[in-house]
Amino acid sequence: MSQTNSGPAILVEGLVKSFGEVRALRGIDLSVPRGTVLGVLGPNGAGKTTMVRILTTLLLPDGGQAWVEGRDVVREAAAVRRCIGLSGQSAAIQEELTGKENLEIVGRLYHLGKQRARTRATELLVQFGLADAADRTAKTYSGGMQRRLDLAASLVGEPRVLFLDEPTTGLDPRSRMGMWDMIRSLAAGGTTLLLTTQYLDEADELADEIVVIDQGLVIAAGTAEELKSRVGGDVLEFTVPDRTRIADAVTAVAKVGEAEPHMDAETGVVSVGVGGRGSEALIEAVRVLDGAAVETRGLALRRPSLDDVFMALTGHAAEDTGEQGKRRGRRRGRGKDRAQDSGWAGDEERADEKDTARAAS
Amino acid sequence: MTAIAIPLAEPGPLTQARWAVSDTLTITRRNLLVWIRVPAYIAFTVIQPVIFVLMFRYVFGGAINVPGVPGGYVNFLIPGIIAQTAAFATFGTAIALAAELQKGVIDRLRSMPMARSAVLAGRLTADTIRMTVTILIVLGVGYAVGFRFQNGFWPAVGMIVLAIVFGVAICCIAAFTGLAIGDEESVQAFGLIWLFPLVFLSSAFVPIDTMPGWLQAFANNQPVTYVVDTMRALALGGPVWDNFWKSALWLIGIFVVFAPLAVRAYKRAS
Repeated sequence: MSQTNSGPAILVEGLVKSFGEVRALRGIDLSVPRGTVLGVLGPNGAGKTTMVRILTTLLLPDGGQAWVEGRDVVREAAAVRRCIGLSGQSAAIQEELTGKENLEIVGRLYHLGKQRARTRATELLVQFGLADAADRTAKTYSGGMQRRLDLAASLVGEPRVLFLDEPTTGLDPRSRMGMWDMIRSLAAGGTTLLLTTQYLDEADELADEIVVIDQGLVIAAGTAEELKSRVGGDVLEFTVPDRTRIADAVTAVAKVGEAEPHMDAETGVVSVGVGGRGSEALIEAVRVLDGAAVETRGLALRRPSLDDVFMALTGHAAEDTGEQGKRRGRRRGRGKDRAQDSGWAGDEERADEKDTARAAS
Repeated sequence: MTAIAIPLAEPGPLTQARWAVSDTLTITRRNLLVWIRVPAYIAFTVIQPVIFVLMFRYVFGGAINVPGVPGGYVNFLIPGIIAQTAAFATFGTAIALAAELQKGVIDRLRSMPMARSAVLAGRLTADTIRMTVTILIVLGVGYAVGFRFQNGFWPAVGMIVLAIVFGVAICCIAAFTGLAIGDEESVQAFGLIWLFPLVFLSSAFVPIDTMPGWLQAFANNQPVTYVVDTMRALALGGPVWDNFWKSALWLIGIFVVFAPLAVRAYKRAS
């Protein structure tokens, strides 16, 4: 199989991998055309990282085949390594060294030569807004800066295919937006990107195509729009400031919706699917809520989010599966999960979990 | 994007060999740079052994009798402390590898088109250099507090070389331990805890015949004692070969078992 000059940048056929009892991948197929961004979406423990590790030659599959730039990831691993970049869930940089030193060392390991390694490091530091911090040790960097440095390090060898494993996990919202901009400009530059994420809005925002993975299987694939259309129609959503009136509001809009309304007693958010009746349903909702004398805020019609999609596809919220515990028992998972659970990864992630749970409930 | 594109074609064996060397040197330099950047590492590798020398020389030393050793306890002590220093220096190896594994640094390196042997080889090279520096510092402090080689120049060099080879052997065990455990804190807490009884229940600090009989049985037949006794004989004079062969067999055994284990742990790491 050779598709060095044409064909997809990444091709995966029937990929299988188990860790003892845990079947991390149960037959994954996917194809990523050159110069596009594939978002691999799934909850913790869905198998995303395992897949990335196989595609980046860090792990051998139990079954199936995969090619990156037409090279077999098992039999031509060395060739694959020459055309990929990897940026993982945590910043794989040496904190005791400066930003510049980190990148120069990576350049030397790509055999760029001393001078070229130096200029490449400078280029990347400028590109990633780290020029001012170039001579400071990475220890003094913020979480967002460390991740940008890590991303920069994955680009030293100018990879044709870049793997980003949860590039924004644990970042605060502002750093996350910054990261998204970086990723967008890489994609615009023609790099093929495979991006895993458990943030649904992230896949929506960055990916040309999305595959949804759950428990080691691709359960859906398509563009964000295609996936959303699976949920069927628009969602009417509003907040009831007076929590005691939520029940009244739900009763009122039940007549308007095509499905049972969802409500979150804690936040006062009520949502209901209204199918294709869009604005008609909106007007009707205003009327019935006014009739019931329920005060609302932020009444609006929205396109379904990928949170809704995930709920519709799997029957459970994106961040809520039993897999996490099993994964933690594995040798590799341990360190990473811990890194995520503690320290800087903590708050934002928890906040996001809540968001997702809310949106999906 | 500028076109420095890494060629996809497999480089020739000569280029690969050159890369293996240059990658090892790059990793070595990087590790040494990290070492000198962190005051805690310097403290651990330099100040701690010096404190050991001073403590045993001036605090415990007065109470320890070493009949028949030319120059008294300080001459008995320094070869033992040097062996201990070499052994404990390997903590750094285990902890660094575990941390790199945990943080994903090793993943990053393994996904790059560099020589795969370079991470371990560079780690070992850097740690050998670090160990040698520490040994020379301890030796210098030893000289300041009264230690003197009694057996001529070349045996003295032999003692230092043996200490380094011993340290590198323990380094292989430490590398394996660090990669197999793969968690910095665990490695720090108990990864090399077995080194303490091995080093302290040996002839490194006190003559074995002062220990109770059951302990002597262990202390007399373990590798650290063989190595320390050989070093002492090289430094101070006396029969070398019997202990030398036993040391050599042990060290070869450790290399043969743990070097491949460390390589395997590195390949599987993750």
